[in-house]
Amino acid sequence: MKKKGSAKTKRLIGQFFTYLFMIVLSIIIIYPLLVTASSAFQSGNVTSFSLDLSSEWTLDNFRRLFEETMYGRWYGNTLIIATTTMVAQVTIVTLAGYAYSRYRFMGRKNSLVMFLIIQMVPTTAALTAFFVMAFLLNAINEFWFLSFLYIGGGIPMNTYLMKGYFDTVPYDLDESAKIDGAGHIRTFWEIVTPLVRPMIAVQALWAFMGPFGDFMLARFLLRSQDSYTVAVGLQTFINDPRNQSVSLFAAGAILIAVPISILFFMLQKNFVSGLTSGGTKG
Amino acid sequence: MEVKKESIRNENLAAALSIIPGVGQLYNRQVIKGIFFLLVAILFVYELNVFGIQAIQDLISLGVTPMEDHSLFMMIRGTLQVLVTVIFLFFYAYNIYDAKKVASHWNTGIHVNKTFSELFNNVYKNGFPYLLIVPAYLAMIFAIIFPVLVTVFMAFMDYSIMNMPPAKLLNWVGLQNFLNIFTLSTFRDAFTSVFSWTIIWTLCATTLQIVLGVFTAVIANQPFIKGKRIFGVVFLLPWAVPAFITIMSFSNMFNDSIGAMNTQVIPFLNNFIPFVDIGRIAWKTDPYWTKVAIIMIQGWLGFPYIYVMTTSILQAIPADLYEAAKIDGAGAIRRFRDITMPTVLAVAAPVFITQYTGNFNNFTMIYLFNDGGPGSAGGGAGQTDILISWIFKLTTNNSPQYSLAAALTIIVSFIVIGVSLIVFKRTNAFNMEDE
Repeated sequence: MKKKGSAKTKRLIGQFFTYLFMIVLSIIIIYPLLVTASSAFQSGNVTSFSLDLSSEWTLDNFRRLFEETMYGRWYGNTLIIATTTMVAQVTIVTLAGYAYSRYRFMGRKNSLVMFLIIQMVPTTAALTAFFVMAFLLNAINEFWFLSFLYIGGGIPMNTYLMKGYFDTVPYDLDESAKIDGAGHIRTFWEIVTPLVRPMIAVQALWAFMGPFGDFMLARFLLRSQDSYTVAVGLQTFINDPRNQSVSLFAAGAILIAVPISILFFMLQKNFVSGLTSGGTKG
Repeated sequence: MEVKKESIRNENLAAALSIIPGVGQLYNRQVIKGIFFLLVAILFVYELNVFGIQAIQDLISLGVTPMEDHSLFMMIRGTLQVLVTVIFLFFYAYNIYDAKKVASHWNTGIHVNKTFSELFNNVYKNGFPYLLIVPAYLAMIFAIIFPVLVTVFMAFMDYSIMNMPPAKLLNWVGLQNFLNIFTLSTFRDAFTSVFSWTIIWTLCATTLQIVLGVFTAVIANQPFIKGKRIFGVVFLLPWAVPAFITIMSFSNMFNDSIGAMNTQVIPFLNNFIPFVDIGRIAWKTDPYWTKVAIIMIQGWLGFPYIYVMTTSILQAIPADLYEAAKIDGAGAIRRFRDITMPTVLAVAAPVFITQYTGNFNNFTMIYLFNDGGPGSAGGGAGQTDILISWIFKLTTNNSPQYSLAAALTIIVSFIVIGVSLIVFKRTNAFNMEDE
């Protein structure tokens, strides 16, 4: 009897610490986000983030963001770059991933491994090269060049993940389609590709979010204020000591973080399954 | 069936004839293919004449007359030519291989396609995968291979603020840049300090995020927990919000005098927890505390990914395994060490490694939090600069050291590639079945 009681207390203590840990961790996660978010609604130009729920709530910062700064333009720029990157990236990676999964061709393994390795050379490394390329192509401030770098840079890893996902589609499907007389294109387009839609969604989201999150390349290649992406633009709010406008930064941050987070959570299921079945194969 | 005499082909002769691309194919009676190969070769020779040879010579000499010869552009054109040449050499090798193979098809009686429509069908039938990967390869050649090649060349030249084309000519200096990093005292000291901090940063930050992620997953996946979904959403938030936003926000919150850490969090802790009394901390002016801060923030940012990964692995472990272990009297720690840990590691090891290499090159974190500051570690680097952000500074500041930056890049790349290769080999991540 006594023993059973002590086991129960032990379990209760375990549960208590479990919940304590999870609640403390939740607070640590939510606090900084809440601080930023609430600063966006505070009136007056504060110089520093803090959690002050008592101050007056206002949408003034959002109005100023669009009236007094080029935020709207930056947002548009980012959307253009992100959409281009997404469409091209998904197309290229789906084609290549299919080829690597379904066909055995000369140099198949070596080429993919080689690209995975070369991709590990950090992007920063090639900054000067990118700059000279952009200079020669007259592509400083040009969105297509930046998109191109995002697309090219992400291909090896994403092709590898895509291939992993294609591998989970049983090969019998292709065989029977081919026996029924379907050619390469029909097998690819009508039989196999529909089954990897979750992974395509994940890739699309990744490719789309990339330009929103990238700071370095955008900062380096977009030099004029009206060609900035939101990441580069927002940094000017918080980095420039003379012209610091923390509340405007907070408001701008919310307008990026909220839609991206919603997208993220909508596609999260695919995201996780894509990660585990694509990323950890082999 | 006897092979007709007219259809016997000498394989070695076919290969030898292909020294001029296409001739071997003509010998094999593949007229269209032969003409196409020949055309490609002629185009290449023409390209060499009008552009290529000059470009290679310029790449070697890097120009003779200052102001007139722009060494940098010469180098870029030369690099482009090197790429074109390598691609042609691949084609050339394929051309010989093809001539030999088709000749052997003649001899063994395998049908050889001769007309255009046959050729076209053959390309569709056997060349389909190549068509699929062409776009990927084109993009990778220009977005990855080419810039990397340029960087490699740059590491062996003397390109810096002191030596800027077109006013001056660039020169090949061999290993001088690498030697400078290790022998010139300013750079050597800076390199030693930056490098050791990079290692510490990578190990601490990544280990923190992995341990936190795995621990949270194990804790949060205990069967009795209520509200799993809500906790799950909260734990994912740092991953869902773009990193640059949270880093900039943290940068503001960690401000020494007015930041929320010193004005809100620490006073709260002092009031809330008895016997604790923390003073204001110089988060952004004392290098030690900046380092502590960025490691903590990286743990915050990086753990959700590991958490999700581990959660999905945990769900795949059969519950009876734990039941059986329980019946055999294994405690929670034992079960974790002998069942959970090995399974998670087996699946996630490659991902963990990419986390380490990712942080080794985590530019955004270092740059956006405090711009590598405070203070200076010499050679243009700040106290918290890691190699990658130092390279960025060497490339973008007022007195750029392009060649030195390129040399550093090569060192960084060797480290990252070396580590990844060893681990990927060990974990068989490159293993692509049936090959």
